Amino acid sequence: MEITVRGLWTLIHGMGFGALYLLACSGALVELYRFTASSPPSEANPGQERFLKGYLVAMVVLAWASVLTGAYVIYPWYRTAPPPGTTDLAMFPQRLLMASSTTIGWHSLGMEWKEHVAWFAPISITMVAFVFIQYGRDLKNHRQLRAAVLCFAVVSFVAAGVAGFCGAMINKYAPVQGGHTIQLSQGEEK
Amino acid sequence: MNMPNSAASPNRSALTNGSGAAAILAAGIGSFSLALLACAGDKLAAVKNGLIFYKPTGPLSGVTTGAILIWLVTWVILEWRWRNRTVGIGRIAAIALALLGLSLLLTFPPVVDLF
Repeated sequence: MEITVRGLWTLIHGMGFGALYLLACSGALVELYRFTASSPPSEANPGQERFLKGYLVAMVVLAWASVLTGAYVIYPWYRTAPPPGTTDLAMFPQRLLMASSTTIGWHSLGMEWKEHVAWFAPISITMVAFVFIQYGRDLKNHRQLRAAVLCFAVVSFVAAGVAGFCGAMINKYAPVQGGHTIQLSQGEEK
Repeated sequence: MNMPNSAASPNRSALTNGSGAAAILAAGIGSFSLALLACAGDKLAAVKNGLIFYKPTGPLSGVTTGAILIWLVTWVILEWRWRNRTVGIGRIAAIALALLGLSLLLTFPPVVDLF
């Protein structure tokens, strides 16, 4: 069992940062709503509030780590141009997708959309975390502020979802490969 | 849009809404800047070349770096101006959400292709 360095980075970007962020989003949305809208102020628990602040900061780190590794580590491998005369495009994912009418959409729609929409996730969640850290349970008293924060949190979730879906599909049709091979385990012959 | 600090509802909240409004509007402006730069880079070759800050990543490096700078600078300025004020949050939130909605539209390739 082995994996290439580029494959490992893609895994870290997509499964490590991106998927973990998406998982965290649903929890954050529920908790944000619960903390700022549903329970009466008398039930305020500083420990839980501190936990949610830490949770949101972790989400900010995940979101930025995901877009930065995507744009500056994986995307350059994805868009590498093949030398003239190259016939095997397996190491050039963008050109591989563009070479067939059945897969070109994953680049022209999927990657073109993903590379930009993904950035709304870290921008939005950074704002959400800042506002929650600043106001905490006091957001209950700022109804319109709270509604806007929840809308941005939802958009952050949707943006990350679109980017994650497109990324998974692109990697299915044209995986980013290459670099050193890392041996994970030795298989036994049957 | 701004009101004096004393206009806040003192019996309900000790904090003014200015800081939150600044963060929300800045996020809307930052997102819209990203969409606008991406759209401009897609349509104008000169802009596209100017946005290549880091060659391996191409114009995406300039689009995102530019948008992040606009977002952070806007945020700092708005925070400085509104930090201790109570502002018309309804209108500001509506503008921020409209900018965010436009940003989502402008980053969707079939919409960009209409221009």
